[in-house]
Amino acid sequence: MAVSDHASSGNRSGGFSAVPADARPLAIEARGLVKSFDGTRAVDGVDISIPQGAIYGILGPNGAGKTTTLRMLLGIIDPDEGVRRVFGHDRPHDIGRLIGYLPEERGLYPAMKCVEAIAFMGALRGLSLKEGRKRAGELLERHGLGHAADRQIRQLSKGMAQTVQLLGTLVHHPRLVVLDEPFSGLDAINQGKLELMIRALADDGVTVIFSTHVIHHAERLCEGVAIIAGGKVPYTGSVEEARDRIPAQVRLETRAREGAWLAALPRETKRNGDFFQFALPETGIEPLLRQLIEGEAGILSLSIERAGLHDAFVAIAGEAAARQLEADSAANFGKARA
Amino acid sequence: MTSTDTPRSRLTTLEAAWVIARRDFVAVLFSRAFLFFLLGPLFPVLIGGLAGSIGGQVQRNAVSIEIGLAMSAGDNAAMIASADTLRPQLPGVVPELRVIPEAAQAGDFDARAYMDQRRGNYAAILTGTLAAPQLVGTQGQVDRWSGPIELIAATANGASPTRFPTATSEVVATSAASERTNRVRTAQAAQMVLFLLTMLLGGMVLSNLAEEKGNKIIEILAAALPMDAVFMGKLFAMLGVSFVGIAVWGSVGYAFWAIAEDAIVTVTQTNFRELPGPAVGWPMFMALGLIYFTMAYLLLGSLFLTIGAMAASVREVQTMSMPVTMLQLMVFFLSAANIGQTGTPLELASVAFPLSSPFAMLARAALEETLWTHALALLWQGFAVILLIKGGSLLFRKRVMKSGGAGRAKKRWFARRTPAPLEPAE
Repeated sequence: MAVSDHASSGNRSGGFSAVPADARPLAIEARGLVKSFDGTRAVDGVDISIPQGAIYGILGPNGAGKTTTLRMLLGIIDPDEGVRRVFGHDRPHDIGRLIGYLPEERGLYPAMKCVEAIAFMGALRGLSLKEGRKRAGELLERHGLGHAADRQIRQLSKGMAQTVQLLGTLVHHPRLVVLDEPFSGLDAINQGKLELMIRALADDGVTVIFSTHVIHHAERLCEGVAIIAGGKVPYTGSVEEARDRIPAQVRLETRAREGAWLAALPRETKRNGDFFQFALPETGIEPLLRQLIEGEAGILSLSIERAGLHDAFVAIAGEAAARQLEADSAANFGKARA
Repeated sequence: MTSTDTPRSRLTTLEAAWVIARRDFVAVLFSRAFLFFLLGPLFPVLIGGLAGSIGGQVQRNAVSIEIGLAMSAGDNAAMIASADTLRPQLPGVVPELRVIPEAAQAGDFDARAYMDQRRGNYAAILTGTLAAPQLVGTQGQVDRWSGPIELIAATANGASPTRFPTATSEVVATSAASERTNRVRTAQAAQMVLFLLTMLLGGMVLSNLAEEKGNKIIEILAAALPMDAVFMGKLFAMLGVSFVGIAVWGSVGYAFWAIAEDAIVTVTQTNFRELPGPAVGWPMFMALGLIYFTMAYLLLGSLFLTIGAMAASVREVQTMSMPVTMLQLMVFFLSAANIGQTGTPLELASVAFPLSSPFAMLARAALEETLWTHALALLWQGFAVILLIKGGSLLFRKRVMKSGGAGRAKKRWFARRTPAPLEPAE
């Protein structure tokens, strides 16, 4: 697999970085990561390069190998093959204080008070308990949970507990934040808050990596993505580059139904009710427009839409992976509503 | 690439272990479970006492050691008088003799028929004469009582003295044989205490790890700290908790002893003040006992943690702990069976096998004065603890932290991918 190119037009939609992507040192670099469990390859040759300060998405359906990849990158498990480097270190635990990690399966000690839980998570990363408690109080206050500081985790709602865990992930001011399915189980309001938080982190120069099976989160937030399916990574690079892999889609509505001008439309044109839909020709729209006007097609509307990340995902990972991704996304939406 | 390493970019293994140990220690100490843990030893004592008391009562009611007399009236009286004479000289040997009323009334009393009909509550029936007594009963009872009955009959018949000379005695503090015997008893008692403590406390480590899995916190710990530091922290936290437990039990026991020493001596029939001294002396023995408890606990605890690491669920943890408990019992029996056989191949095996080593060495401390062997054994046991912790954390990383798995299975001989080398960090 080719190593991703960070020289591409890699600005995310929010929290833009002023530093050109290719000038930035790498936060994470991995080559040929392979991991098998009981003879089954969960991850099959992953190459990823993530520049410092980027928001980076690992996009794929459930069971694609996202969590295993993140665990290998963080040193929770070792790859069977391949190499990884975090901030230039082969052993991520050596720079544990620079990393914050929110696992997919959220967990906190139920009997602990919120402030203690956050301080404890800071202590795991080298923060003193005294400083951890101080910062925990401030963080809880800032995120509207000041009233719950002395409440036990078991007394919190699920959303509040998730927020507490996220604050615990950030309390030691990490330079790299890795979030495994952070939007999972959150309602729309909390998802919005989390997006803001991720952008704020990136604005402070923190590298944020998150896995998701919801395309629009990656599309809205990420500068770069790795699309992962069946343990393989068929694409790593910027979101823009992924979208550019598919030509823009033209949507045309005409007054006339028949005419010689029909022959001017590209061969793969699909008819959808009153609309014609086709990929933007390589020659551009102008020659086609000329023929439509001369053929008196009677143009009622014409739009050229750039391909979305979803279209790119379908093209890169395949229809089956895309369908699974949509199903996972719908299930997640249902969970959040519940 | 710019390295972002700083002098304090990670916790040392000891610092990491301390973070885990501190949390676990406080959490366990202030939990309701700890109260039950403290009360734990009371239950076996209470149940054992109750079972013993009930069992004793039942046995007293059910088992008769009376021998029925079916001789002539004169012989019966002579036998009873003779038994009364002999009983102080032979306590616990001479049975109770009682005249069978039916035999005294009927001239043609049939002892065999009487026993066959399961009448009365006699261990056996004595018929015949003083010169030719006949004991009727089951084989076991006949074997048991023939000797004493013959002695009583002989005494009644005037064939043995009716008065016995009084022997004067001079009591010595000990002898080589009795000292050895007493030290063996000390070794046995110490091993038993050590075994009970480790079994009771080892389970706590297991339940602690099971709780961690249930709370799904283990991945946060594994991401932040090396797993061997996590394991070490958990082990030492539980060790700290166990010391608190032992201190509480010890204090309560001492207070109880101070209040009711006489009652305890009467009930247990043991004067603990006169317990035989171990070969290395009491202070050294107590110190070694504490150290061997620590080692036994760390060995068992790290084994339980390894089991916890291999298991995917709490139920699996419980299932897998059963064979280890059995193994623990076996190594205890191995070291218990070899007390006093210092230097034999089996005893050396129990010293060398890490799990039985603390038990075997504690027994040695009771029996042998040599101290350097303890230093050697402790080094070996410490090494085994480190190996178990490392092995457990490795297994945890290999077997527990897996998820998903949509990739396809591939055979091992499939061409291995050679990753492109990374550029060295700048």
